[in-house]
Amino acid sequence: MFQWFHRLASLKNFYRLAEIITPWLTVICAGLLAVGLYRGLVVAPTDYEQGESYRIIYVHVPSAWMSMFIYMVIAFCSAIYLIWKMKLADIVAQVSAPMGAAFTFLALSTGSLWGKPMWGTWWEWDARLTSELILLFLYIGYMALRNALDSPAAGAKAAAILALVGVVNIPIIHYSVEWWNTLHQPASITKFDTPSIHISMLIPLLLMALGFKLFYLVNMLSKTRSVILEREASTSWVRSRLQENKL
Amino acid sequence: MVAVAGLAVGLFLNVFKSNIQLFYSPSEVADGLVPDGAEFKVGGLVAANSVARQGDGLTVEFLLTDNANTIPIRYTGILPDLFREGQGTVSVGKLNRDGVFVASKVLAKHDENYMPPEVADALEKAKEKGAYGGDTVIMQ
Repeated sequence: MFQWFHRLASLKNFYRLAEIITPWLTVICAGLLAVGLYRGLVVAPTDYEQGESYRIIYVHVPSAWMSMFIYMVIAFCSAIYLIWKMKLADIVAQVSAPMGAAFTFLALSTGSLWGKPMWGTWWEWDARLTSELILLFLYIGYMALRNALDSPAAGAKAAAILALVGVVNIPIIHYSVEWWNTLHQPASITKFDTPSIHISMLIPLLLMALGFKLFYLVNMLSKTRSVILEREASTSWVRSRLQENKL
Repeated sequence: MVAVAGLAVGLFLNVFKSNIQLFYSPSEVADGLVPDGAEFKVGGLVAANSVARQGDGLTVEFLLTDNANTIPIRYTGILPDLFREGQGTVSVGKLNRDGVFVASKVLAKHDENYMPPEVADALEKAKEKGAYGGDTVIMQ
C-alpha cells in the first residue's frame, strides 16, 4: 500500500495515470451533466411553493458542495505537503484553488439571483451567506499568498498553513443554519434524516452533484498535468516525450 | 502557529456570536431584549388570517408570531413571492410608541422542503383527515 502510494506520488507515474483516465472521466462527466440537467430542468416537477424558480438548486447546491469539497481537498493536500513534502500534493492544491474560488462565486451568485424573488433581497448578512463569502476570501487569499512570496517553495508553505487554518470555516458554513437564526433554510439533504426533498427532484440533484465532482476531477487532472510538465521540463522523460511529440 | 491562528478565529467568533444572529423573535421583543429606538430585525411566522391590506394597496399590516408571543407589523412596499400566512418571515425596522413594528424591509424565509404540488396537496389532505403525523410539513 505504501509502495503504491509512493509510486503514485512520482510525478511521471501520476502524469501517465491522469493521461489514461481523463478521457473516460470526461465522457462520464458529460453524460451525467447532460442527463442531470435534462431531468432537473425539464423532467422534474415544479415546486409547490416556489414554482419554477427552485430549479436553480441544480446549479446552486452542487456548486456550494463543491466549494467546500475543494477546500477540503486543498487542506488535505496542504497537510500532506507540509508533513511529507510531497510535491504532487502541492501541485493538486495549487491547481484546485482557482476552481474552488469559481464554484464559491457560482454558489454565491446563483443564490443571490434566487434570493431576490424568493426572499426579497439580493444579499443579507446572514451567517450562512457571510461564512460562504469568507470562504471566497480564503480562496483569494490563498492564491494571492502563493504568488506574493519570492520563492515558490516559501509561497507554497505559507499558503498551505493558511489553507489549514481556514478549515475552521467549513463546519461553520455547514452548521451555520442550525447554530444561528438565518434567512437561509436548513439543509434538505446533508443531514441524519430522510431528505426533505421529493425523490423526483432529488435524483437529478445527485446526478448534477456527481457531474460537478467529475468536472472538477477532469479539470484538476489536466491542469495538474500541465504543471507537472512545467516543473519537470528539464527531466529526461519529458524531453523524450517531447521528441516523440507525445505529451 | 496553526494553533494560535485557530485560537484567534475561535475568540473572534465568540465575540461576534451575539451579533451573528440574524433576527430577534417576538418573545424577545416582548421581553424587551431588543435595542431601544434603533433599527433591528425580527423574525417569526406570519399569523393565520392576520394579513390586512390598507386602502393605498401597498401598505400591509400583519401579526408576527412565534406561537408564544405576537407583535403587529406595518409595511409599505412590495412583498416577496414567498410571503404568505403561516410562512416564516424576517422584517427590518423599528418599534414605534404604540408597540407596532414599522418595517422598512420584509423578507420571506423559505423552509427546507421541496416537493411537487400534488404531493403537497396529498399531505395537506392526509393532515386534515388526521392520518398524517405532520412533522415534515412544519412551516417554519
